[in-house]
Amino acid sequence: MDDLLREFLTETTESIAVLDVELVKLEQNPNDPGMLNNIFRLVHTIKGTCGFLGLPRLEAVAHSAENVLGKVRDGEMQVTPKAISLILKALDRIKSLVAELEATEAEPAGEDSDLTSQLNALAEGRDAADAPAEEAPVDAPAAAASPAEAPKSAEPAKAAEPAKAKKAKPAGSLYERFGGDSMVDATVDAAFQSVAGDKVLKALIDGVDMDLLQGHLRDYMVKSLGSINRYKPADLSKLFQPAVAKGFGSPQFALLSAHVEAALKMLEVQPDVMAEVLPLFAGVKDDLLAGEKAAPKNAVVAKGDGAPAKAAEAKESTVAGQSIRVHVDLLENLMTMVSELVLTRNQLLQILRSQQESEFAAPLQRLSQVTSELQEGVMKTRMQPIGNAWAKLPRIVRDLSLELNKKIELQMLGAETELDRQVLELIRDPLTHMVRNSGDHGIEMPADRAAAGKPETGTITLNAYHEGGHIIIEIADDGRGLNTAKIKAKAVASGLATEAELEEMSEQQIHMFIFRAGFSTAAQVTAVSGRGVGMDVVRTNIEKIGGTVELRSREGKGTTAVIKIPLTLAIVSALIVECAGERFAIPQMSVLELVRASSTSEHVIENINGAPVMRLRDRLLPLVSLRDLLKLTEGEAKAAKDEHYIVVAQVGTFTFGIMVDRVFDTEEIVVKPVAPILRHIPMFSGNTILGDGSVIMILDPNGIASAASGERATGDAVGDAASAGAHTYGDGEKVAILTFRAGDNGPKAVPLALIARLEEFEVEKIEAVGDRRVMQYRGKLMPLIPIEPGYKPIESGRQPVLVFADGDRTMGLLVDEIIDVVEERLQVELSASRPGVIGTAVISGKSTELLDAGHYLTLAFGDWFARGTLPEEKRRQKRLLLVEDSAFFRHMITPVLSVAGYEVTAVGNPQKALELCEKGLDVDVIVSDIEMPGMNGFEFASAVRNSARWGKLPILALSSNTAPEHVERGRAAGFDDYVAKSDRDALLASLEQTMAADGADA
Amino acid sequence: MSNVTTMNRGGAGEGTAVAQAASASDVVSMTVAGQLFGIPVQAVQDVLGPQRITRVPLAPGEVAGSLNLRGRIVTAIDVRRRLRLEPRPKDQPGMNVVVESSGELYSLIVDQVGEVLSLPVASYERNPATLDPVWREVSGGIHRLKEGLLLMVDVSRLIGAAKAEAA
Repeated sequence: MDDLLREFLTETTESIAVLDVELVKLEQNPNDPGMLNNIFRLVHTIKGTCGFLGLPRLEAVAHSAENVLGKVRDGEMQVTPKAISLILKALDRIKSLVAELEATEAEPAGEDSDLTSQLNALAEGRDAADAPAEEAPVDAPAAAASPAEAPKSAEPAKAAEPAKAKKAKPAGSLYERFGGDSMVDATVDAAFQSVAGDKVLKALIDGVDMDLLQGHLRDYMVKSLGSINRYKPADLSKLFQPAVAKGFGSPQFALLSAHVEAALKMLEVQPDVMAEVLPLFAGVKDDLLAGEKAAPKNAVVAKGDGAPAKAAEAKESTVAGQSIRVHVDLLENLMTMVSELVLTRNQLLQILRSQQESEFAAPLQRLSQVTSELQEGVMKTRMQPIGNAWAKLPRIVRDLSLELNKKIELQMLGAETELDRQVLELIRDPLTHMVRNSGDHGIEMPADRAAAGKPETGTITLNAYHEGGHIIIEIADDGRGLNTAKIKAKAVASGLATEAELEEMSEQQIHMFIFRAGFSTAAQVTAVSGRGVGMDVVRTNIEKIGGTVELRSREGKGTTAVIKIPLTLAIVSALIVECAGERFAIPQMSVLELVRASSTSEHVIENINGAPVMRLRDRLLPLVSLRDLLKLTEGEAKAAKDEHYIVVAQVGTFTFGIMVDRVFDTEEIVVKPVAPILRHIPMFSGNTILGDGSVIMILDPNGIASAASGERATGDAVGDAASAGAHTYGDGEKVAILTFRAGDNGPKAVPLALIARLEEFEVEKIEAVGDRRVMQYRGKLMPLIPIEPGYKPIESGRQPVLVFADGDRTMGLLVDEIIDVVEERLQVELSASRPGVIGTAVISGKSTELLDAGHYLTLAFGDWFARGTLPEEKRRQKRLLLVEDSAFFRHMITPVLSVAGYEVTAVGNPQKALELCEKGLDVDVIVSDIEMPGMNGFEFASAVRNSARWGKLPILALSSNTAPEHVERGRAAGFDDYVAKSDRDALLASLEQTMAADGADA
Repeated sequence: MSNVTTMNRGGAGEGTAVAQAASASDVVSMTVAGQLFGIPVQAVQDVLGPQRITRVPLAPGEVAGSLNLRGRIVTAIDVRRRLRLEPRPKDQPGMNVVVESSGELYSLIVDQVGEVLSLPVASYERNPATLDPVWREVSGGIHRLKEGLLLMVDVSRLIGAAKAEAA
């Protein structure tokens, strides 16, 4: 392809992109002259270049659009949606022509009089609808300074053939008689077309920006003719300086004037007008040549023949651009090479490490450093503001709102956030689709919005920002939100889930169904979106680049989609590990720490019913054996092997350990996608070639986590109670329960969340103080409590202990044997037959006693109950109302609250609580469950807020579901805070805070 | 450990020789478990000796692993396993025939690679009806040769089928 043409295509495409955005903005701010000028200039440039290149169709369309814009700019026409629509239509035509041009390097045959006649009619103030496709009449009545008619596109390109001048009326200013701005434009254009054909002049003014030069001359002429003054002589002098330096002097100016004269003649300007205009033009000479004296003395001044002189230095100093255009392929190529360079560097460093002393060490270090810098630099060249991916959106939203008769406003925040070009390309379409979806499905009709008490104009907000090596993009609308019931119905109807499964899902999980293939709840398929293709593709595309997408939606309030994507895909740092003789890479990003575990080290791998776990600080860390997960059967020495390395990884909020045999170094790797026939394996996110030339698979922590928790869900392993989300408490809900044996009354159980640690101590270490047993634990004395008074602890070997902790105090409960951790739905039969027992439940098919942890806490510390977390002066007992339908949980939490110094009244349902309110119960704070039969927590909170007596009381929500949208909903319903059921410390902290704030208010 | 065997740089050279001899009816002949197979010369990118192959856990059975061909990652497919044949004897490392299918490189691991043969159209015959379904799937027909019967491999089906099974 011709260089010139390619340049034109790139430039025009960019201009069109800008125009799309600017026009929509103009529609909203019709009175911004700066914006209008910018638009005019862009369209004008397109037109000018088309003429130059001999592209008649493009030129005709651009010209007609420019006419309309010219009218608007001159204040002869108002910005109307119709005018904008028409100009946008012209842009679309230009786009399609450009696309064709790009593909075939020639303008397609055909003509655009349908469009140009409409545009011309508009420019002339006639209604486009009745515009005939004929030439504009020469004496257009309304527009005194009527512009040229568009060159008919069917005619071949007499590129510069400008419009016929309208016959000037004898009266009026010179400006008016000349024909106004459009005539000036036509003249300057025509003059420059003919200058372009003049070798002598062209060589001289080659280094000058033609667009700017034309612009200045235009401004000069407009001013000289007695109209608006936008002319800046100094700028023109500066701009033209390179030409002057090359030898553009008075003789050359005479040539230029001749071209202008010829142009005027061609435009059929009246001789008398011409006689007045030409001397005016001569006036620009001094400004043009002002640079002459300033030009370096050594610059060779060309003689009369006008041969170009070499004054390269002068040219460079003034026009050398601050930026250059580079083809993307070149950058991609550079990136690939840098990636290879990084790999080779790594290889060299690896060799170096095996050498004791090497003279290469220093230069290699330097090489390594330079390589890193180079890599960084090249990465930067690929960074682009995300706004580039949004450029089309204002136009799309505008068209959408017209098409759907909705009022939609688009807000874009953080458009300058940069990310890798490749990533940008990949998210462009998903983003567009999601914005369409928001506009189509999310935003309601203006009438509906008004009825719902919302402003008629719906808002779609895009927000992008960096967050720890990721880019977060939020697409929020304030529309109707997702209809959970509809999604459920659809999910059942399309067989994606059963009713029972849906019952167990959180709203958020249900919402995620919209990302499934073939899932569209739109009752009617619209042209805009909702053909049931799309959202699944969106998700696939986002996940393909290692991103995630989440939904937050509240019915009636709107939907927010949160996309999280990595900054770059090209090079990542990865930890190389080995398992069963195979090496794997784990992206460093998801690795929290490394722990070595063996029977002799601080960390020991323990098994709960075959599921490996490890104590890490104050938590139980679920472990995943890479060997089992990947079914690596080689290297049967497994049993004998005692030492393991644990790669502690985090995915979302789920933290787990990956058991591997060895850990090598971290290496920078270039992620390459795996072959299609391996793509179905979720454990791998890609593969790469290591420094030593071998191929290695890259593990996908996401895949491992879901595989691991998938196994988990089948019920035999430890869950992470705080994070896994599926772990809940109460009747009919799944609870993580630790079962153990102690004493002789069958198995016993206690909720895992209440236990800080599981320990085993040497029996010898247990000391007796009076009739109580204690032991030194983490530098303190910890009381050890037997399960029942007559309990005989183990006499030798290791004693299993359940450790309960509260602040800096710990208590150990002596047990015989830890059996298992299970997740079950508990049906608790309450019985108060014995102290320390809440009741019995069937766990793992066996009748199991549930312990009352509170009972043992009092045994350990007589003052445990008296001890409060409130400051001394506030120790007057606060009265707390606990509303919780689950008897089990009521019993679990009451002691905890009592311990913290609250006088607790516990009721089983909100109705009872409200009855107490009516009866005149005084309380200071209310803690309520959310999921309750009959009246749920949200309704209860609203009821409390509306009551006269309790209206101002602080209310805390207690829920197993702490998904952000739930928390938000809770706050909206009137809750002061929202705490996870399993998080005892958070509850106490929140209570204290709420009470303190309340006290301060009072 | 992975099936580490020695790198054979000579293999690449053979590939070039093969490429030069290309013409429309030329096939690269190879043997798998004593059976003669052929792949059109144009389809073959490279012929390599035994390679260091990284196993891919959880991959479909016929995928032997991945290997590095001059900076590109190539998925190796063991033709014996693909055709449900007995595994290759341990002392016989196998040769790699690198082919391209929809932009991806695959290496077909065969027992031996033979000469480039020019096959007359006259010797071509369609698959006999009694052929095992697995074989019929990957066979693009039979050539009757003096040396024996040569089975034309349909490369995309050989790999595509692997893909379908994987999906």
